[in-house]
Amino acid sequence: MNRYPLWKNLLILGVILAGLLLAWPNLYSQDPSIEITAARGHEISEASPGEIKSALENAKVPLKGIESLEGGKLLARFNTPGEQLRGQEAIEQTLSERYRTALTQSADLPGWMRALGLHQMSLGLDLRGGIHVVIDVDMEAALEQAVERYSGDLRTLLREDKIRYLTLTRDGTNILVRFEDAASRDAGEKKIKREFRELTLEPSEESGVFLLRASLSETEQQQIRDFALQQNITTLRNRVNALGVAEPSIARQGERRIVVELPGAQDPGRLKEILGATATLEYRLVDTEGSVADAVAGRPPVGSKLYYERNGTPILLKRRVIVTGDQITDASAGFDSQSGSPAVFVNLDGQGARRMRDVTTENVGKPMAVVFIENRTTTQMVDGEPVKTTRKVEEVISVATIREPFGRRFQTTGLDSSNEAHDTALLLRSGALAAPIEIVEERTIGPSLGQDNIDQGFNSVMIGLALVVLFMALYYRIFGLVADLVLVANLVLTIAVLSMLQATLTLPGIAGIVLTVGMAVDANVLIFERIREEIRNGNSPQASIHAGYDKAFSTIIDANVTTLIAAVVLFSFGTGPVKGFAVTLFIGIITSMFTAILGSRALINLIYGGRRLNKLAI
Amino acid sequence: MSKKRTINELNIDFMGRRHIASWLSIGALVICLLSILFRGFDFGLDFTGGTVIELGYAQPTELSDVRAALETEGLGSATIQYFGSRTDILIRLAPQDGVEEASAQLSDRVFAALNRAADGQVELRRVEFVGPQVGEELREQGGLAVLFSLIGILIYVALRFEWRFAVGAVVALIHDVLFTVGVFSLLQIPFDLTVLAAVLAVIGYSLNDTIVIFDRVRENFRRIRKGTVIGIINTSINETLSRTIVTSGTTLLVLVALYFLGGEAISGFALALIIGILVGTYSTIYVATAIVVWLGLSRDDLLPVKKEGAELDPLP
Repeated sequence: MNRYPLWKNLLILGVILAGLLLAWPNLYSQDPSIEITAARGHEISEASPGEIKSALENAKVPLKGIESLEGGKLLARFNTPGEQLRGQEAIEQTLSERYRTALTQSADLPGWMRALGLHQMSLGLDLRGGIHVVIDVDMEAALEQAVERYSGDLRTLLREDKIRYLTLTRDGTNILVRFEDAASRDAGEKKIKREFRELTLEPSEESGVFLLRASLSETEQQQIRDFALQQNITTLRNRVNALGVAEPSIARQGERRIVVELPGAQDPGRLKEILGATATLEYRLVDTEGSVADAVAGRPPVGSKLYYERNGTPILLKRRVIVTGDQITDASAGFDSQSGSPAVFVNLDGQGARRMRDVTTENVGKPMAVVFIENRTTTQMVDGEPVKTTRKVEEVISVATIREPFGRRFQTTGLDSSNEAHDTALLLRSGALAAPIEIVEERTIGPSLGQDNIDQGFNSVMIGLALVVLFMALYYRIFGLVADLVLVANLVLTIAVLSMLQATLTLPGIAGIVLTVGMAVDANVLIFERIREEIRNGNSPQASIHAGYDKAFSTIIDANVTTLIAAVVLFSFGTGPVKGFAVTLFIGIITSMFTAILGSRALINLIYGGRRLNKLAI
Repeated sequence: MSKKRTINELNIDFMGRRHIASWLSIGALVICLLSILFRGFDFGLDFTGGTVIELGYAQPTELSDVRAALETEGLGSATIQYFGSRTDILIRLAPQDGVEEASAQLSDRVFAALNRAADGQVELRRVEFVGPQVGEELREQGGLAVLFSLIGILIYVALRFEWRFAVGAVVALIHDVLFTVGVFSLLQIPFDLTVLAAVLAVIGYSLNDTIVIFDRVRENFRRIRKGTVIGIINTSINETLSRTIVTSGTTLLVLVALYFLGGEAISGFALALIIGILVGTYSTIYVATAIVVWLGLSRDDLLPVKKEGAELDPLP
């Protein structure tokens, strides 16, 4: 009686061994490392590791090892964080043109473990330090921009086809065109219908005015929103990559949110500036004929617009833009060779270059201005309701005389500092955001707090576990020791599953593990109390063990399923911290059902099974 | 082992005192409800929106110095407190009314100002910023999470047992949730997302406890042919009492360790669970079971047709 068949014992043993193997990598420490990627226009070659090695040797920085990662990256390992920082400095100083570096941590696993594809648990930002931001994309603005674009296109179309219209105005997501007579309206409708199939057209007549209302269909609006979100994700990814952060994660959340997670990033201020910036440049001719004084008084000449320079001086610029930011294909920061002031070197695409050449050829000797444009979005509380405002900041950063015609490549000066030149170049290079964004949530955890969290979490798990182990051994003796072994096995399995799934362990996640430790005991307590009852009722020890496990089974299942329901609900409704808790609770309950029912029974069977017993140590 | 004997051989008349307990429960809940309605909660940043900044100073620092540095930045309305030790400082900023500044940038300004005031001897340990609309969403999601887990549980228990048990279990859960959040409201302990997670865990735990006793009640109704409803329920509670004490005891051991050693960030979570487990153990006996009695459970409700008990008891 009370023997498990061999296959069952082997199965349990197999699961426990697999768990130990999967959990094993977590015993290894992390090396301070540098992730090295190739800069634009360069690539990591066979010779790269040697170059980096010699750069580090020259700077006398001891290197622990260098290896290739997937996706054309190199990983250089160091012994201490200090050497890691000096190593980065050394690489930046000598090889910064060809390689980009990012600080990271990498587990020091033996080769066979990596070959088997074993991982450490992935730690959440609250444990390893880092920045988590949630970004809201202003979809209304994206739609408005789209409608604005269509208005321009319709105007051009009607003008080109010589179809006369009175006015063309934007009304929400609609465009209203007024015509003098039905004939021109019908001609316009026909033309627009052929060119812009995605617009829904509605002709009407109102007190002698012939109207045509063009609106964006629901599917078209959805497409615009999706595109804006996708485009913003791409742009943000470019920016984050340019900043040099290892293992960044940029993901869509719901209809209009983007979550950016940057482990170990150190400077949240600069990061948020770069992420949120919508800065772009525009090149315009200066209106030298119109009166600036009139414009300041509110009467700008036709075709011109009033701007201000950084020092506050008003200046009149032509409304017509020569080139805009989206025609810029590449930009880099540097210094002007003559004045030594910070400069941005700009490359234009074919269309932009042609326009620039045409305009500069016609206007040699005349001044041209560079306008720096930035959207700043803020949310304010007005009467308890959040109200969002977007303010467009337009500043003239430089005015220079066109000395000779130029086209594809040129430079712009007038920036405040080399830092600003650097950031502007980065923004121009990574592309503009398709719609304004706003940071609606931020969680930054410093690295020392992350370590504190790990230590405190680890300590409390260990001490809680020790207390429970001690109590169980004292109260249930041999059976208690079995429960203790089972408890440790449960912890190992939980860590194994977390490592295997690469689920992220967070501080609330540790709390979830602590809770499952407490609850995993419950299953064994239920069983042991049953066995005691059976013994009191005068049953033989073997029969009592059998009946105890049997009768407690349905209770354990009921109790655990209900907790699982709670964990699943938590996971589906929770965000961030709540989700982390739900994940470990869920995994912990599943593994505890396995260990507490099958594992403990197997051990008890091995100890007591098939023997003649007079008494149980329970 | 003498303690073990006493627990096992007790025969306490739990149900006999259920009326006193009902009044006690009702009284406590009324106080909790009044507190929730009139005092409300000290909602954490997650639900209100705003900014929290945790700073680590190299030397113990006076709160007044920090306040002075913030006032020069026009941020006198900030709440400043020690966080665990005198070198650790927590600054809370409410959502700014009509400030012409990207809210997410606020934390940078605060840190820069304090860093200047302390000659760079400050380390930025943590920044949390939650925009007002996100706070509102999190509040909504939290409420929905509680509601949906209650509904899920109601359905599961009704299927596995009987509707009276389901009602008893869910009323007991509402009792536990109200009591736990009521204590947070009464004592004005900060209520954040981790506390909400703890409240949901309390639901899971308390239910666990309730199910164990219900299971025994069902079994005893089938086994014991004689005896009153009250008598059988009393027997069931007494039979499982030792398990109840051991399980709550071990879980509490772990939670107390977590409360004292887990750090400030998690103490609210541990406290909510400690309160929840104490009240959950009580409510299993005096709310869940008492309601089943009050709804008029009889032996016939559990005896016939109930074959699923046998089906779901395969050999482990």
